[in-house]
Amino acid sequence: MAQAAIELIGINKSFGAVRANRDINLEIGRGTIHGIVGENGAGKSTLMSILYGFYQADSGEIRVGGQPASIKTPNDAIALGIGMVHQHFMLVDNFTVLENVILGAESDALLKKSIAKARSELERLEREYGLEVDPDAVIEELPVGLQQRVEILKALYRGAEILILDEPTGVLTPAEADHLFRILGQLKDQGKTVVLITHKLREIMAITDTVSVMRQGTMVATRETRKTTVEELAELMVGRRVLLRVEKGEAEAGAVKLAVKNLTVRDTRGVTMVDDISFDIRAGEIVGIAGVAGNGQSELLEAISGIRRAVSGSVMLDGKPIDLTGAADPGELRDRGLAHVPEDRHHVGLVLAFEENENSILGYHDDPRYLKGPFLNIDAIRNDARDKIAKYDIRPADCRLKTANFSGGNQQKIVLAREMEQDPGVLIVGQPTRGVDVGAIEFIHKRLIAMRDQGKAVLVVSVELDEIRSLSDRILVMFAGRIVGERGPEATEGELGLLMAGIEHQEAAE
Amino acid sequence: MDVFNAIIQTLDSTIRLSVPLLLACLAGLYSERAGIFDIGLEGKMLVGAFAGAAAASVFHSAFLGLGMAILISVAFAMIHGFASITHRGNQIVSGVAINFIAAGSTIILGQAWFQQGGRTPALQPGERFEAITLPGAEAIRDVPVIGPIYAELLSGHSILVYLAFLMVPFTWWVLFRTRFGLRLRAVGENPAAVDTAGISVAWLRYRALICTGILTGIAGAYLSMVQNGGFVKDMTAGKGYIALAALIFAKWKPVNAMFACLLFGFLDAASIRLQGSPLPIIGKVPAQFMQALPYILTVILLAGFIGKAIPPRAGGVPYVKER
Repeated sequence: MAQAAIELIGINKSFGAVRANRDINLEIGRGTIHGIVGENGAGKSTLMSILYGFYQADSGEIRVGGQPASIKTPNDAIALGIGMVHQHFMLVDNFTVLENVILGAESDALLKKSIAKARSELERLEREYGLEVDPDAVIEELPVGLQQRVEILKALYRGAEILILDEPTGVLTPAEADHLFRILGQLKDQGKTVVLITHKLREIMAITDTVSVMRQGTMVATRETRKTTVEELAELMVGRRVLLRVEKGEAEAGAVKLAVKNLTVRDTRGVTMVDDISFDIRAGEIVGIAGVAGNGQSELLEAISGIRRAVSGSVMLDGKPIDLTGAADPGELRDRGLAHVPEDRHHVGLVLAFEENENSILGYHDDPRYLKGPFLNIDAIRNDARDKIAKYDIRPADCRLKTANFSGGNQQKIVLAREMEQDPGVLIVGQPTRGVDVGAIEFIHKRLIAMRDQGKAVLVVSVELDEIRSLSDRILVMFAGRIVGERGPEATEGELGLLMAGIEHQEAAE
Repeated sequence: MDVFNAIIQTLDSTIRLSVPLLLACLAGLYSERAGIFDIGLEGKMLVGAFAGAAAASVFHSAFLGLGMAILISVAFAMIHGFASITHRGNQIVSGVAINFIAAGSTIILGQAWFQQGGRTPALQPGERFEAITLPGAEAIRDVPVIGPIYAELLSGHSILVYLAFLMVPFTWWVLFRTRFGLRLRAVGENPAAVDTAGISVAWLRYRALICTGILTGIAGAYLSMVQNGGFVKDMTAGKGYIALAALIFAKWKPVNAMFACLLFGFLDAASIRLQGSPLPIIGKVPAQFMQALPYILTVILLAGFIGKAIPPRAGGVPYVKER
């Protein structure tokens, strides 16, 4: 192994009663790309935040380049040549690229000189690493992929030799992610050290030299990437064997449950987001909608589930039309057997400040089962919530706990349990496993397939191509508001990727 | 010529009346741009007015008065900072508390020290800021049009008036041309970005509040030592709130803030001037209506005539690093 760029020895960190890091030892070789994987809450981000001086370790030692280092603030880390690209970008949205890059590293008390110096320095970095971005562009007008480049430039401008990236591909399209990996490869070639934190195992296999696995605050293993497999890493992460691709039989498609015809939907700005779309979903099949985020999937889901008005077109549920012009009442649709698991569970699916049992009946709270005269039947609600907790393995198993205190995967299970247990004829699911751990993903996928096998019609919208391919019986690809192709589950990732990028669509149009 | 003179005089009082608004508005601009809502501008002006008049009267020095006004006002700004930055308290509650403390303590201390019913002693010449006559003002006074504009409108104000208007380009320059300004604006938009860039969020916000305190101190001193010859209880009379309204109206920009404050000052001046005098067509307008006009207009302007005012995104939210 190359000389160590960073050594972490016996790092401990607790937040109250939660031990986020226990006795972590880690060695990161200079000039390598080192991956750190683990489920949400395994302590990866905490560990890197300690390295970056954002948090203080309760005990333990950090060595940078062989020398013991005291990192108390991000400033200390920057001085030691450590740069970090955070999962949620640390950018000022209404500042320009240049202003963001110099923030905190201004060479002069007056901006003019600092900006002039940064401009020439940025040009050099862009040439060296292929990090092109317009230095005078305002951040909020840039796509996320470019915003991330600004974050990398920020770190390099500060002279970073060691670059930590926290879940860098979570917001990127497959093409943007590929570009990022090329940049990371170039950084490595120039002798920089890259630490990549992720829970996506394919990325680890594709780009890292070494990989360390964290589970529940401990470092469980470090492997050379070429000597390990996705299956082994998944097992190390979860602590048991995980099925990465859920087994399912052939679909037995029945009658049409949901028929969408010539549907057109505009967003709040008046831009047409869904453009004359037609498709059917039959009983007993899962239809997956693939596409890069922002190509109209969200608006499509909202229109079908009665949250957003459609401009034109029709949606038939069990042969009867849904009122699309007057903004259909989602409650009425629920009564008619259409359940909706929204994409954004925090803002649409749950009230985070509510107790778990309250969320588990939200939207069905006027069902006689949960009522006692004009009042809520608290006992019935809690018993019902306990049943769902047991059936969906929601942890912790406490129906009185505030929903915000559940992990992302368990929150998603609360929403899924609520909607699936109403026994709907049609289930619409947006991003079923966004921010959900590997173990819970397996569970959620199994439940969705079980719904299908019970003869329900299931519509899944996801930006995760793996998920779409693993779940769907038919795959529809959306690009720029239109369905640009339909494929079977055997379609290759490359084929779907081209469709998602609109390549075939454009060629056909020309 | 009468109409011309009336206009000149109204504009002259517009300037005088808009100065405290302008200073308070710029004060609010520093803190709100840094992400700290400051509803306590009113209170800080009031303690500044009291401290200024009291110190000037006791030490017989206008400049000592001004210094004391700034000192006490900054101290109150630091209380706001301690509550809302260090202890991450609710910024509105802290601001309201400061207003109450200011209103109560100035009356109590004023009565205890001077026994004049909460007033400070009337300031003597030398204890007040006198009007400054600009060079050549007297010489060209009789020149038509330009003469009165220069001599009446531009000349003959106290130094604090000129200072207030100089603060406008200065604030713009600080905010948009210096490192401190860049960081200050950044911390009001995304404090986490500032923190990860290795800059202390708390210290930066405290410095912004020091700027706020200095400016509200000057605003208070102007009220009690220029506009008035001493402190009178509750003499700020809601100017701090009007300044906040002007700040929103100005979309948190210094030059806009000047025009917003001049507009509010003009409405105030016009209402004083038009009190009791009949208007063409409408006839005599009740004095109460004229006095209410600036406030009515504020509501109307803020309700829909300025487009969408986007406040600094991190405004009002205490910065919490640890999860």
